[in-house]
Amino acid sequence: MTSNKFLMGNEAIALSAIASGVQFATGYPGTPSTEVMETLIKNAKKYGYYVEWATNEKVALETAIGASFSGTDTIVTMKQVGLNVASDPLMSLTYLGVKGALVLLVTDDPGPHSSQTEQDTRSFGLFSNVPVIDPSDSKEAYKMTKYAFELSKKYETPVILRTTTRVSHRCDDVLVDDLNKIPFKTSGFSKDSRWAIFPRLTAERHPVLEALQNTLSEEFSNSNFNFIQGTGKIGIITSGASYHYVVESISNNKHDFSILKIGTPYPFPEKKVFEFINSVDCILIVEELDPYLEDQTLKLIGKLGINKPVYGKYNKYFPCCGEYNVKLVLDGINKVLESLNYEKIKFSNVIDTQNVNVPLPVRPPTLCAGCMHRTVFYGFKKVSKEFEKKGIQTIFSGDIGCYTLGNAPPIELIDTCICMGAGISVASGISKTSKNSKNVAFIGDSTFFHSGIPAVISAVYNKSDITIAVLDNRTTAMTGHQPHPGTGKTAGFEDTKLIEIEGILKSCGLDFVKSVSTENLDECINVSRESIEYNGPSAVVFRGNCVSLVKSKLKCRVDTEKCTGCKICFEELGCPAIVMDRDIPNITSNCIACGLCVAVCPFNAIINEGNCYEL
Amino acid sequence: MNIVIAAVGGQGAVLTSKILGTLAQNIGKDVKVSEVHGMSQRGGSVIAYVRFGDNVYSPVVEKGTADILLAFEMLEGARYIEYLKENGTLIVNTQRINPMPVITGEMMYPDDLDDKFKNLSINYIPVDALSIAKSAGTIKAVNVALIGVLAKNSSIEKDEWIKAIKDTVPEKFLELNLNAFEMGYRLK
Repeated sequence: MTSNKFLMGNEAIALSAIASGVQFATGYPGTPSTEVMETLIKNAKKYGYYVEWATNEKVALETAIGASFSGTDTIVTMKQVGLNVASDPLMSLTYLGVKGALVLLVTDDPGPHSSQTEQDTRSFGLFSNVPVIDPSDSKEAYKMTKYAFELSKKYETPVILRTTTRVSHRCDDVLVDDLNKIPFKTSGFSKDSRWAIFPRLTAERHPVLEALQNTLSEEFSNSNFNFIQGTGKIGIITSGASYHYVVESISNNKHDFSILKIGTPYPFPEKKVFEFINSVDCILIVEELDPYLEDQTLKLIGKLGINKPVYGKYNKYFPCCGEYNVKLVLDGINKVLESLNYEKIKFSNVIDTQNVNVPLPVRPPTLCAGCMHRTVFYGFKKVSKEFEKKGIQTIFSGDIGCYTLGNAPPIELIDTCICMGAGISVASGISKTSKNSKNVAFIGDSTFFHSGIPAVISAVYNKSDITIAVLDNRTTAMTGHQPHPGTGKTAGFEDTKLIEIEGILKSCGLDFVKSVSTENLDECINVSRESIEYNGPSAVVFRGNCVSLVKSKLKCRVDTEKCTGCKICFEELGCPAIVMDRDIPNITSNCIACGLCVAVCPFNAIINEGNCYEL
Repeated sequence: MNIVIAAVGGQGAVLTSKILGTLAQNIGKDVKVSEVHGMSQRGGSVIAYVRFGDNVYSPVVEKGTADILLAFEMLEGARYIEYLKENGTLIVNTQRINPMPVITGEMMYPDDLDDKFKNLSINYIPVDALSIAKSAGTIKAVNVALIGVLAKNSSIEKDEWIKAIKDTVPEKFLELNLNAFEMGYRLK
């Protein structure tokens, strides 16, 4: 039995995994992938499969590999930059293959909306010889997740299920199977030399792997996930979210066009594409991110000696960066139509856009009112000014998380940010090479467990004179408050061993390890100063609560008699709860009485005033 | 029908897009919803799209094509006004939330937005949704108060709106939200 549900792409993937009989799910949170695991976690008890959050994506994939080697059907989820972390096991796994199904969900982020890169996981499939399935909406995400499990089992290969933000965070009607409790069945691990990679085994397996790519290309050429629509002589090859932009762009001029929608970009379904190319006069290629389909099509055309024009990113008909939309796709199609002497397509409904004709202040994301990170950053900023007076430069290396927002005005403290875990190592590199500098690395609690620890050990081992500031708010805040090893809770919020960050730092050989509560600004400043002055590697764990998890009924208030209108609280803290009401600051209802403004006011004009919180 | 929801991160734009999506699905329309969350949740500018009709493909509303812009804050209404088509409807919460460049004194909050909106060829409906939400029992219900106003200005039956809210909002917040909807709906 089936029923119609209105689902986000990520929810559709999770429900399809359950319908496919998934028995083991793991991953590391990252936008826009997180809701797949969250939906799986929510339903784990009901349907009887196992879930966990891993400490990072490499660990997640390796754990999933172990489960698959035991004959268990698994899914592992991450965002695109997470696949960079997990690339090491993936590159080896591809030679060995899997036993139970292993579906690797990876989400790309054209734009990017909330990522460091605009990388394209389809290209990663090509690089690693791992088949890639690329749905365009929630309906397809549901069907294709099932197919990914079937494919992985049939060919004993890992399969990448790749989405983009507009697929993962798009809601559609989806026909969903009635889900049943999954009986736990696994063959268990049986000893076999095929699970241990060695140069000889790699050499043996490589030809098998290459042959599999041809088999898969054949299978994909016959797959309904690669289909042709229409009979027009202008051909469009497209995939993912772009498919819907294409369909909408040409909806009033369908007769001129035919579309080849690619659902399985790697291995490239060459026969299907050849059949399509033969039926059209020219080829447009519409895809976000890498010119992946374009490269594959150009290669095919070259190989077969076909002489037909191809319009894509390389000849600048479509942009090579950023996210697409209907208007942008239509502009590209119209450019082609113009060069073919066809009439251009009008964009229906569009009239000149409205405009208020005034400059509008931007609204960037900011640290929440009462966020513990603000207190830590403010303290370090004070201390850095003291060092500046002595002619010493203080350099702050940041990391990935809410605290990356410490680079925004008025705090503007973060000087570098690369990727998860990089802050500590970058600080070490700068400390060895920039004379007369003091180096501080900020790292969040979840990021510390993710990839901070090897960098700590390297800094101690190499005697780097850096200060490691761990910002511990006891949750993975940015991605929606997932638990991690420092919270004492598992993915399903069951009790587990709480791993103390201070203990890890000490056992890594750090002699200077201190913990401070962010409720006390003076102590934060004193310990920050002391840790920077310390000669050699030092670490401070700053501990506070994530304000979006703690409901406070408290609020601060400005004593208008005492306030001189100096604006220090307003200008230096950048707290969203402090607004200027003519010349006097006013504290708004989003205040949670963290007390930072009380502490910085030179005139004691801000009062922490008990229970007066408005609803 | 193209609807754009413009808000400040944390005001409930995603839930609103889900309520509207569920509504459209319940009345048998082809519906697409798209939102982007992540970084923007930390008080940044947020935009979500709801499109429904007989056949809808792209989940993204293009500039100049929105029938309705549902703005949870004045500045965000102004920021995304270009999505609205001529004679489209702007329903905007008159609340002001200062963004960081205003807080730090780098820029002024434009204080003539109300006049600017009045001069556009649009159907302009300003609403003090914050006050409605407060009297309904929670400032968090600004979104559903605005949905009440939207419902009043639509041809879709009131019961369908209530059903969509019941289908989407978690049980423990339902009563507060239904109150806010009702007060928005009854607003003169």
